[in-house]
Amino acid sequence: MGRFLLKRFVVAIVTLWLLSVIVFVSAQILPGDVGRRILGPFAAPQAVAALNKQLGTDRSIFVQYGDWMGGVIHGDLGKSLSQNQPVGHLVWDGLKNSAKLAAVAFILVVPLGIFGGVVAALNEGRFLDRLISVSGLSAIAIPEFVSAIVVILVFSLWFGLLPVTAQAPPGAGFFTVLKYLILPALPLVLVLFGYIARMARAGTIEALDADYTRTAVLKGLPRRTVIRRHVLRNALLPTIAVVATQTGYLIGGLVVIELIFNYQGIGQLIFRAAQQKDFPLLESGVLIVGVVYLVATLLADVAYSLLNPRIRYASAE
Amino acid sequence: MTVAEPPPVAATPALEVVDHARLARRERIRLIVRSKTFLIGAAVLGFWILMALLGSTIAPHDPYADDILNKLKAPSGTHWFGTDSLGRDVFSRVLAGARGIIVVALLATVLGTAAGTAFGLAAGYFRGLVDEILGILFNAFLSLPVVIIGLLALVAVGPSKLTVTLVVGVVFTPIISRTVRAAVLAERQLEYVQAARLRNERPPYVMFAEILPNVLAPILVEFTVRLGYAIFAIATLSFLGVGIPPPAPDWGVQIADHYGLISGGYWWPSLFPALAIASLVISVNLVADGLTHAFER
Repeated sequence: MGRFLLKRFVVAIVTLWLLSVIVFVSAQILPGDVGRRILGPFAAPQAVAALNKQLGTDRSIFVQYGDWMGGVIHGDLGKSLSQNQPVGHLVWDGLKNSAKLAAVAFILVVPLGIFGGVVAALNEGRFLDRLISVSGLSAIAIPEFVSAIVVILVFSLWFGLLPVTAQAPPGAGFFTVLKYLILPALPLVLVLFGYIARMARAGTIEALDADYTRTAVLKGLPRRTVIRRHVLRNALLPTIAVVATQTGYLIGGLVVIELIFNYQGIGQLIFRAAQQKDFPLLESGVLIVGVVYLVATLLADVAYSLLNPRIRYASAE
Repeated sequence: MTVAEPPPVAATPALEVVDHARLARRERIRLIVRSKTFLIGAAVLGFWILMALLGSTIAPHDPYADDILNKLKAPSGTHWFGTDSLGRDVFSRVLAGARGIIVVALLATVLGTAAGTAFGLAAGYFRGLVDEILGILFNAFLSLPVVIIGLLALVAVGPSKLTVTLVVGVVFTPIISRTVRAAVLAERQLEYVQAARLRNERPPYVMFAEILPNVLAPILVEFTVRLGYAIFAIATLSFLGVGIPPPAPDWGVQIADHYGLISGGYWWPSLFPALAIASLVISVNLVADGLTHAFER
């Protein structure tokens, strides 16, 4: 298992480096002259040159890249062009807010998805299974901004149950904050429900079919014990892996949700940075998203290999 | 009561071993057509494809025509879905909007499938170093959600139909490549591949002329599944302003322009394009699901 994890770790580091190159090239090299972009098409060439000198963007791209990476490795993410604040602060605050929203979504969806999947599997082929499977399939397909429109209409406008914005007033208590986060979490819950339920269903069906389940039934264990002790334990393993790989998707979804509900998270931060061509903020934000995804998948691999003895002996991938 | 009830007997009897290929194909089609969810999906998808072809012609109003005096009018007999903030007919814009998203989604999926198939064939056929390098490159790419890659592209090259097409196509390439690679790994063990290699055929010939025809089924299934995701991604990207620029009647842009008005009670300019996206994307997924089930047997 040690070798497997070591290999995963090395690949993660290489991935991160590649990611930094992709981000650097697309945010700083491809769009062309940085000074010209900031000052606009009518600025004097001298002013553009001066700004480029001041920002350090007149140097060779390798020097610029080295400088940027050196800063990132030492924890200095530079300064935001549009907000005149250290990027580190902005990204950290955004990440904290997004984590709250994501946590609410996960806490709602994980039990719901697993329950739905297991119920579908226990009723395989019957109406309830079709109902859960088809609605899961539909829920996966609908973009978050589309379901966001519908949930805003239903819960906020027609029934007046929940607030339309996600940002609770400053100084609000825990439950108020939670109340503000439920509506934005719902579209994320819908999409994730489909994935998790599908995996839980497939895992449960496989486990129900397995020889050990047959043995457990034949030796006369009650149905509930068989399901709890033999089926679920084996069925939920692949589900854990799915939950972790969905973090990547989740961050993409957060961009849209945070925008619609006007919530100050990392997603909205990256969106605004892209709109305002604030490349130091954009680069760091995107890089952080990559780091979060890699850490989540790495942790999932560790958890998965700790829970599943078979993978310890399998060669990596 | 036992837990492990035998699964309900499949509606179709097992095939006799008479004429395999043709019978199997006919059976597969019968299976697909018998699925109710597939038929519903196909009907809705057919409607939208029809609208992509004729939508702007049969629309009751000009989808581009402003009418400031009649802006934000609620749904009525003349304007079934009401009018938007510029007084344009929402119903006409929803019908006319089908073409843009369907064309871009098809192009992006074709692009991703073609590139993904080529890379997948190479990775599965050569294995070793080629496979490893492609794997690491693709992993780096997959660690970013498509929305983020879209925003990077927005900064790098600016918004356009081409930008969205390329972003979605490029994001799909590694995913499709993975599926194709797995299928190729299974195929390359078979005798016909060995025979071709012993005949000293060149690798491109073996990959494209020998292996490719035998992995078309999983590629077709992957294509339809990806098409659903493409619509999801393209709608989201155009909502974020990476895609089709206004004033084109695009569903995502239409929602982006009007969602802020919902809390003021003007729900129709956002809700109807939203329902259009939802019905299109669900229909594609139902069709893809039907195909997946039929081909997995």
